[in-house]
Amino acid sequence: MKLLNYFRGEAFQRGVHPASRKEATADRRIRRLPYPPRVTVPLVQHIGKPPHAIVKVGQDVVRGQPIARADDWLSVPHHAPVTGVVEAIELRPTARGPWAQAIVIRSQAGATQEDLWGKTRDMEAATGADILQAVWDTGMVGLGGAAFPTHAKLSVPKQAKVHTLVVNGCECEPYLTCDHRVMVEEADDLVRGIRYAMRVTGAVRAIVGIEDNKPEAVEAVEAAIARANAPEGAIHAEAVPTKYPQGSEKMLLMALFGVEIPSGQLPVAMGMVVNNVGTLAALGRLLPLGQGLTERVVTVTGPGVARPGDYRVAIGTPLKFVMDYAGVEAKAGLDRRQVILGGPMMGQAIASLDVPITKGVSGVLVFRHDDMLANDRRKTYPCIKCGECVESCPMGLNPSTLGMLAAKREYDLMGSDYHLGDCFECGCCTYVCPSNIPLVQQFRVAKQILRERAVA
Amino acid sequence: MATLGIGLAGMLAFANRKLFVFEDPRIEEVENRLPKSNCGACGQPGCRAFAEKVVAGNLMPAQCTVSSPEQRNGIADFLGVAAGDVEKKVARLACAGGRHVAFLRARYAGHDSCRAAAVVSGGGKECAWGCLGLADCANVCTFDAIHMDLHGLPVVDADKCTACNDCVEVCPKGLFSLEPVSRRLWVACKSQADGDTAEAACEVACTACGKCVADAPPGLMKLNGNLAAINYELNAWATRVPIERCPTGAIVWFDNPNHAVKGAVAKKVLRNEPLPVLH
Repeated sequence: MKLLNYFRGEAFQRGVHPASRKEATADRRIRRLPYPPRVTVPLVQHIGKPPHAIVKVGQDVVRGQPIARADDWLSVPHHAPVTGVVEAIELRPTARGPWAQAIVIRSQAGATQEDLWGKTRDMEAATGADILQAVWDTGMVGLGGAAFPTHAKLSVPKQAKVHTLVVNGCECEPYLTCDHRVMVEEADDLVRGIRYAMRVTGAVRAIVGIEDNKPEAVEAVEAAIARANAPEGAIHAEAVPTKYPQGSEKMLLMALFGVEIPSGQLPVAMGMVVNNVGTLAALGRLLPLGQGLTERVVTVTGPGVARPGDYRVAIGTPLKFVMDYAGVEAKAGLDRRQVILGGPMMGQAIASLDVPITKGVSGVLVFRHDDMLANDRRKTYPCIKCGECVESCPMGLNPSTLGMLAAKREYDLMGSDYHLGDCFECGCCTYVCPSNIPLVQQFRVAKQILRERAVA
Repeated sequence: MATLGIGLAGMLAFANRKLFVFEDPRIEEVENRLPKSNCGACGQPGCRAFAEKVVAGNLMPAQCTVSSPEQRNGIADFLGVAAGDVEKKVARLACAGGRHVAFLRARYAGHDSCRAAAVVSGGGKECAWGCLGLADCANVCTFDAIHMDLHGLPVVDADKCTACNDCVEVCPKGLFSLEPVSRRLWVACKSQADGDTAEAACEVACTACGKCVADAPPGLMKLNGNLAAINYELNAWATRVPIERCPTGAIVWFDNPNHAVKGAVAKKVLRNEPLPVLH
């Protein structure tokens, strides 16, 4: 099969090829979005436990000052994204739906918004453990979208040994170009971040996997590697054939090395650690300065956006502010547009514009009523057992059967016999289904119910 | 062939004697007298397991909340035990925000189920705690005790409800709970938003004004964040006084298990058509 894939020029089995639609933003430089009058920093922006707020209502904060402390290993601190006054610590709407505790900061008009809090760090003298602690202190989470705490991902279990750091620059989601622009514009930061991550994990080589629809990113990263005087061959960039969902770490490892990670295990079991380019570029910039994560690059695009582009956005900026700035037509078809946080395949459709940009938001996509008309007419038909979903599932699951089980609410069977836990909700099955069955949505429900049952 | 048949028959007869497992015949009889819906409301894996526990004396017949009084007494007479006294519970919904009083913030288009809508940004309702109205509870109910009213809100038929817990488990917003029918004072809202925000999202939301707490006997009610809460340990003290000054009608009084009344000053909702989508 591997041989067959070699001749077909495919990196991993199955998957799909959605239209990339990255043209609108791929060649524009990253621009800074102005600081909003008010930011909302939710305490939970990551996978794990919430940190504790360490500021009081009415307190003045400067940009970069820690405002929440992590007490648990699977938790990250937060830093004030703007200089201003803490206005409230209360329940606020989130993109996921339920309201959650958030710190609201009113930004001070006329502040320079420089990060004056951080103290420069001597990175050359730091040991691996020092760097790991420093990573935790930045409040870094996976900026690719999953928002898993980076320090937890970089820490290697005692019995495991890591030889390879894989840097994920695939950005396989249509529309999104934030990782692409970061690789082109901040390649030096990226290479620095890679070298820190190699020191933390003990990896002897690093490979930056980039999809071959971004040749200038490959060039930029290769040039930065050459500038960095790394030991010969320790870091290199590799182009992989474009295919969705290559940005999933298991797919990327298959594409780069032909290695399949066994079900239920992490790449670290095979001596590999995978990190997103945006995450490492941010670390490369923040660690020497001793600063925290207060902003990220977000792709704002879609047919409903007048000024699409990649914007550097302060964490906690309200979505409405971002959309106003990017020129989303305020009136036409207002109530019939669709806004998605993240990419179109795996992103989250949102129901309120009051939600803030969080650390895990890689894109804001806006579709107008006209763009969705076809979707509106989409009707769900019974499964005709054509097998398209089975042909497309990168994890080798059987979405058709899983869908039928979900309709019968046989969730336990889905988990035990049909490996629902391996589904990472890439959306390929729903994308190809000729009957328009909302398979991924059913799987999300099933996974949620199984999680609830596991707790109960 | 005949020899073989006789031989095997002999073995079977021998096995029947030798390997016979004695089972209390009363278990079979009790099981036959149960409703046999295997709903799990009693906490047992099914009616058979319940029957075994009743015969063993670990459970009382009345703990099968699904059975009728005749069935219970029949089992009790048959076994010569007391039927037991278990207060009837019904499923109650902590939301009154139908389409005519609660705003939507977005249109949800997708899989027609509350659970599925809830994973898409919490669904289209402006109130993040409110009922999504896509009838997961009515669909899951084995006893046909829940139907959706014209405003898209589930209505529980207390006579049919057996307190089997299915609706409690299925509701993604956790709005159902099983309450003894003697709990007649009820907060039909779960919104933790502050008063103005809650009322802007839904006309019948609890705004945490505190009037019910002031009017109720000491300790019966309190404000839990932005929501009125009832301490049912003092349920014997409950009267319909606390509902009378409730401005939105979020605190109700069940004058019978199927009928909740609002206080005198609660704003009257005459509208029948759905409210528009906000934003």
